[in-house]
Amino acid sequence: MGLELVTTKLEAAANWGRKFSLFTYPFVTACCGMEFMSVAAPKYDIARFGAEFPRFSPRQADLLMIVGTITEKQAPALKRVYDQMTEPKWVIAFGVCASTGGFYQNYHATPGADQVIPVDVYIPGCPPRPEQVLDALMLLMDRIQDGRGHSQLRLKRDKLVLEQQRQAED
Amino acid sequence: MAQKVLDALAKKFGAAVERTESDGGDEIAWIARDKLVEIATWLRDDPAMAFEQAMFVTAIDLLDLRRPDEYGVLKPVDVDAARFEVCYQLRSLKHRHRLRLKVRVTERDPRVASLTGVWSSMQWQERETFDMYGIRFDGHPDLRRIYLYEEFVGYPLRKDYPKDKRQPLVRRDDLPSPEATKSPKA
Repeated sequence: MGLELVTTKLEAAANWGRKFSLFTYPFVTACCGMEFMSVAAPKYDIARFGAEFPRFSPRQADLLMIVGTITEKQAPALKRVYDQMTEPKWVIAFGVCASTGGFYQNYHATPGADQVIPVDVYIPGCPPRPEQVLDALMLLMDRIQDGRGHSQLRLKRDKLVLEQQRQAED
Repeated sequence: MAQKVLDALAKKFGAAVERTESDGGDEIAWIARDKLVEIATWLRDDPAMAFEQAMFVTAIDLLDLRRPDEYGVLKPVDVDAARFEVCYQLRSLKHRHRLRLKVRVTERDPRVASLTGVWSSMQWQERETFDMYGIRFDGHPDLRRIYLYEEFVGYPLRKDYPKDKRQPLVRRDDLPSPEATKSPKA
């Protein structure tokens, strides 16, 4: 019982660290990239939230920013990038194209990046204002602290399933 | 602007030039399919024509389009006769004139000769037209899809391709199956 209490506290401490040191992988495919640069640049300054450092290898990143339209042809590449990221990881869909497909309703556009990978926070807008992005980032930070990011929940679920299996075996 | 180009074309090739039109500075000539390469080569090489630049090739799908007949009455286009117009835009930098060539092809036999031998810049353009409309360019050295993936079925810019038909390459596989999330008690 006492051991459980300690692990919970440890997780809260780890999540506190995680939420202030997000390493971003910008998956920039379209015009939303301009707004992303604006957020990253000194005026809006995503560094205030500790998420300023873009990594250009998914293996060194834990926040995937899907910035722009995802086409059906590109979806396998997106999935591969996501699979290469280290756990725990979070995903932000930046702009309507990444969130829902936006104004594309045709043969080539994926109707939302969440058709391919799970998404934690959606930012609407075409393109979104930098303030919206900062708002989304703070929303994500709350989720990380509460352990409600999709990969955190998945890890917990996997652990539970394993425990249940072990109990069933015993 | 380039009416003299149309006149020279009609004079040189006669019946192979089916119809010409001059509209808002655009000169258009509908030409016979089997004379395409011959006409294109002449347009490039004749010093009075000198169309050294082929700007693009595309196609027009005339499915369900209505066009006025000679009395001005709107009539549906005869689908069997010619569903597609393959459309070439040519430009001469030397004489500063432009010309649009159109070749009509049917749905059953959507073939035209490739112009890659005349203008090598046509290679990717013809691949794009094949990708989007399914027009076959005979004699093209590498007629593959250029934008879409090999798994794609059909030609998306044809008017009968459903607007919201999707052909995904990959979809999510991380969602848990109902079995995996069911607690043993339930």
